[in-house]
Amino acid sequence: MTIQSSEILETIRMVADQNFDVRTITIGIDLHDCITNDIAQLNQNIYNKITTIGKDLVETAKILSAKYGVPIVNQRISVTPIAQIAAATKADSYVSIAQTLDRAAKAIGVSFIGGFSALVQKGMSPSDEVLIRSIPEAMKSTDIVCSSINIGSTRAGINMDAVKLAGETIKRTADITPEGFGCAKIVVFCNAVEDNPFMAGAFHGSGEADAVINVGVSGPGVVKEALANSNATSLTEVAEVVKKTAFKITRVGELIGQEASKMLNIPFGILDLSLAPTPAVGDSVARILETMGLTVCGTHGTTAALALLNDAVKKGGMMASSAVGGLSGAFIPVSEDEGMIAAAESGILTLDKLEAMTAVCSVGLDMIAVPGSTPAHTISGIIADEAAIGMINSKTTAVRIIPVSGKNVGESVEFGGLLGYAPIMPVKEGSCEVFVNRGGRIPAPVQSMKN
Amino acid sequence: MANSVITVIGKDRVGIVYDVSKILAENQINIVNITQQLMDDYFTMIILVDTSKCSKSFPELAEFFTQESKNLALDIRLQNEEIFKAMHRI
Repeated sequence: MTIQSSEILETIRMVADQNFDVRTITIGIDLHDCITNDIAQLNQNIYNKITTIGKDLVETAKILSAKYGVPIVNQRISVTPIAQIAAATKADSYVSIAQTLDRAAKAIGVSFIGGFSALVQKGMSPSDEVLIRSIPEAMKSTDIVCSSINIGSTRAGINMDAVKLAGETIKRTADITPEGFGCAKIVVFCNAVEDNPFMAGAFHGSGEADAVINVGVSGPGVVKEALANSNATSLTEVAEVVKKTAFKITRVGELIGQEASKMLNIPFGILDLSLAPTPAVGDSVARILETMGLTVCGTHGTTAALALLNDAVKKGGMMASSAVGGLSGAFIPVSEDEGMIAAAESGILTLDKLEAMTAVCSVGLDMIAVPGSTPAHTISGIIADEAAIGMINSKTTAVRIIPVSGKNVGESVEFGGLLGYAPIMPVKEGSCEVFVNRGGRIPAPVQSMKN
Repeated sequence: MANSVITVIGKDRVGIVYDVSKILAENQINIVNITQQLMDDYFTMIILVDTSKCSKSFPELAEFFTQESKNLALDIRLQNEEIFKAMHRI
């Protein structure tokens, strides 16, 4: 079988000019066997397990990256939600566990560790509550620990007590970390998936094996260039181009995932094909939508364009790998996407439009900076709205929102690196305080009678 | 072991094939197949190689070619052949 020169050059162009990369190799690690009632011992067990299983991850990624000539940008660890692991300690703070995760992750050289998490969609155990209350201090005293809370699901409804607490937690984190930066590491989910390798929402679900390799692939630039260089005229043809491109990039992830699995002797879990943008020019999801024929992302037609893109990515990916999972689709973080930033700065991409877009794409309101004066109950209201979209539509939705202390609409905030920068976006006047303070649970929706 | 593909892209000049084949020979990298063409002013060469006799590891080779790319003012990349099979063949 000979490979055509044009195919070789196409692959090289993807990597060299279009920012194609394997975004992350993530080892998911189950921590249930670390459980003990002594928190010092628990910390030691967690440290030992992570550093033993993860010790060769960074080196393996380096070898594979060199072998195939494709950048593997991040190596990460996700662990069992800590609220489940720490319950037996009866401790009143889990900050020391976050610090242990931070130390272990740094010891093996990974860029992030996710799983300082609680799943409270139906109810909150005392341990879940301790975990959530530990989040602000944990975010302040660690560098690379990511935290998530699942506050709702289609089967359980929305736990509004947890939504209220999540709003307060984000607000508190914003107050005690510089420019609210800690909030960039907190995701509030509805219908969280348990095999997601993308941060900040990665954790290792209870239904997973002892350790698994999950791979996240990304290439918004590749899709945009493929569209720009194609002869596609109708949207049917546009979808076809996206599908074929998604197929090619997924296959690279599959190859690298399988190989990493062999080298590390850890089973291959899933491949997450997501168009995850970066602040680099040419690596933007917003620009793909604009290539389809919008003058600016956020104008009318954006939701439809995003729906087409998201679905075509999934279709191409499914054909390319038999283990597509995670959140596969298009991500629309504002601060991490050069096109989204520009659209938000122009005032055309608003919180309302972003919320509508989340109904048809992966995840949800992501990396959105709002005024520091935004009250906790307003943040809870935003979370509840987003969770409702996920709950009713049987999909994952999430909120990663950053109230930037001391800043207001018209200013912007710089997070640096992959997290980018963001204009402060306005939130609505009016108050949902009484609604949020009612607490209780929004009942699970009926699954038949879809309309 | 699968072969690797080396691509060389750069502004055309005298001696590119010589320069590249010299560094391959010095590293015990055997050429299996070689094609080369000029696209406008740009020289492109695709070399199928067998690296099994080379003593360098993949990360060392990647580093080596990055360095040689600078020295020779060319873009030289090494990629295992499997990636092209995976991407372009069902």
